[in-house]
Amino acid sequence: MTSSAPGAMGSLRRLWSWLLTNTLRLLLAVIVPVITFVVLWQGFIFLRDSQAPKTIIAVVAIAWGVGGVAMLFFVTNWLVEQLPGSWVRHLQPYIFIGPAVAIIFWYLALPAIRTFIISLYNYNSSEFVGVQNYIDVFTERFMLEAFRNTMLWIIFGAAFSVAFGLLIAVLADRSRFEKLAKSFIFMPMAISMVGASVIWKFVYAVRDPADPQIGLLNAIVVALGGEPKAWIQLVQPWNNLFLIVILIWLQTGFAMVIFSAAIKGIPQELLEAARVDGANEIQIFFKIMIPYIMGTIITVTTTIVIFAMKIFDIVIVMTGGQFGTEVIATQFYRQYFTNRNFGLGSAIAIVLLIAVIPVMIYNLKQFRSEEAF
Amino acid sequence: MAGKKQVARKGSWLVDGVLILLILLWTIPTLGIFISSFRTAYDIQTSGWWTIFPHREWQVTEEIPIPKELDKNGVMTIAGATGAFKEFRAGIETPDGRRVIWIGNKRLGKIQIQERVWTMRTDFTLQNYQEVLAGKEYEIKQPDGSVKVEQGADLSNAFLNSLIVAIPATVIPILIAAFAAYGFAWMRFPGRRVLFIMIVAMLVVPLQIALVPILRDYTRLNLNGTYLAVWLAHTGFGLPLATYLLFNYINSLPRDILESAFIDGASHFTIFVRLILPLSIPALASFAIFQFLWVWNDYLVALIFIGAKPDVQVLTMRIAEMVGSRGNDWHLLTAGAFVSMILPLMVFFALQRYFVRGLLAGSVKG
Repeated sequence: MTSSAPGAMGSLRRLWSWLLTNTLRLLLAVIVPVITFVVLWQGFIFLRDSQAPKTIIAVVAIAWGVGGVAMLFFVTNWLVEQLPGSWVRHLQPYIFIGPAVAIIFWYLALPAIRTFIISLYNYNSSEFVGVQNYIDVFTERFMLEAFRNTMLWIIFGAAFSVAFGLLIAVLADRSRFEKLAKSFIFMPMAISMVGASVIWKFVYAVRDPADPQIGLLNAIVVALGGEPKAWIQLVQPWNNLFLIVILIWLQTGFAMVIFSAAIKGIPQELLEAARVDGANEIQIFFKIMIPYIMGTIITVTTTIVIFAMKIFDIVIVMTGGQFGTEVIATQFYRQYFTNRNFGLGSAIAIVLLIAVIPVMIYNLKQFRSEEAF
Repeated sequence: MAGKKQVARKGSWLVDGVLILLILLWTIPTLGIFISSFRTAYDIQTSGWWTIFPHREWQVTEEIPIPKELDKNGVMTIAGATGAFKEFRAGIETPDGRRVIWIGNKRLGKIQIQERVWTMRTDFTLQNYQEVLAGKEYEIKQPDGSVKVEQGADLSNAFLNSLIVAIPATVIPILIAAFAAYGFAWMRFPGRRVLFIMIVAMLVVPLQIALVPILRDYTRLNLNGTYLAVWLAHTGFGLPLATYLLFNYINSLPRDILESAFIDGASHFTIFVRLILPLSIPALASFAIFQFLWVWNDYLVALIFIGAKPDVQVLTMRIAEMVGSRGNDWHLLTAGAFVSMILPLMVFFALQRYFVRGLLAGSVKG
């Protein structure tokens, strides 16, 4: 008896404190998410509707966007950690990977399927037309022109970027100006395609033959005794080449940096041995270097091909698709957003997707062979 | 020995010469708009940007009225030059190195006597930048001598928009991807392999595939033209690459760090925030630079999801628009293009090493 009273008191106190802490926990578990949600929602409404000065909106937007995501992770993780141990172990991984997987699913995986479905319907998605849009993609005159131009972009763009990249990488490797050369050739990669288009539009600018030329190319042509020409409106389809120059200008730096790293990876003994055997530098380049870095060349070429296939900004800014310069990505935009032909636009997007599937399969194979999992 | 030979091979004048030529070829176009952006609108319209360098040019030394008694339809002799009207219009060079040229039409023209002199045009100005950044009206001298009042372009607003879009669109995917990369690397759960394969498969998917369905969702959610819409879009399109890269990095960190931290009773969240994030800074920085430049330089995504909202438009959209509407106002276009390039170029020159690493890793992005 004497010992049971404190015991009962103790268990009562324990029950009370258990109840207290858990009620508090429960309350917190409800209140914290509610507060989080309210703060985020208010931020969203403020950003969507506010007339506040731009700088204030800028600060709020950045704080809300970045802080909001961090807060969501923190709060959901905290909530899960309130649960019993085995629950934590099962749920926590999904807190970590869940947002990424959900967003990728919503923004890329699911849209691929949705776009495919839209592509089977007519222009305003009211009637099922089967593969008619795909037939149009490969037979309409404007599409054939777009395919032809995209082929030009892919062939000339990739070939010259890779060739120049290789040439500069090899030369830079033997020059005192290696750092300088790499910096300057690589610099265009920091410039947007829109900016690059302005730069080159100025190079191609044309004035009346009686006035002084302000475009560099025409000034050179005139100085050499020629007539100034409107290069990007010129004889079709070769005017496309003047646009492709911009891609080469942008991508050569990329090719060069990767090739440079690959060339430095060639064992010095191999090159020395060839020299001892009497090979000249040209032979060394074609018979040893090229075969040795063939894998890298293929990777770089593939990357630039994919890049060229989706070229959009340059054509829009330089010609707006006029003068026979339309490409696949600009046709996609035109069909979808100008002509509101959702069926045809989707079919073009699916064709782009199908074109990269070999690369996708290659990536997956690489991933499997790495046995990272 | 081998080192000596290498030094000997370096510095061949042919190699250096070709390389310098290529460097010039690659830099001159950018130099052209950089220089032009500091020249007056009048200068840009009337002379090439290379005239700021010393060059020989015809300059007027004397202007004389047309002699009254001249037979304008026959062969004339003026100031030591002889020829018909047409030849005078084109300019006749006299043996002593002067040029006599008829300015204007036959009846009301005048004669200029010009001399070829060394000169350079160094009339630089900041007005183009003022005009492009603040949206006020400006007086511009035209090539024909008249003065035109024109509306400047309000690019400072677009610059701010580009920042508001680019900063969260860089940080958000990195944060989400870092969590996911940690989860995939160091946690075990059902579906882990399948989900990661989905991410690898999405690496090269062209984003064109997603534009329309996402646009439809945004219309339903009333999100079009908001910053949030663009952030989320860039997050979605950047996440596969971010997750993949950060996974490769975090997965390669030594396992015993994690185990000893676990023994000390740390939770996954603590380990991630206190240990893994600081250790991953090189990888995070590389991807951050890649993603920042990608978003800053992006045109298509902004065009689709911001579209017609002028007060939210980013720099690339405004520049593209200016090319369309004011294609011959080179004083505005050159300054505008440079405003849009200044930040990426600064990032490029300051953080070149990280930049190269991020770009090499990110070259596969869809």
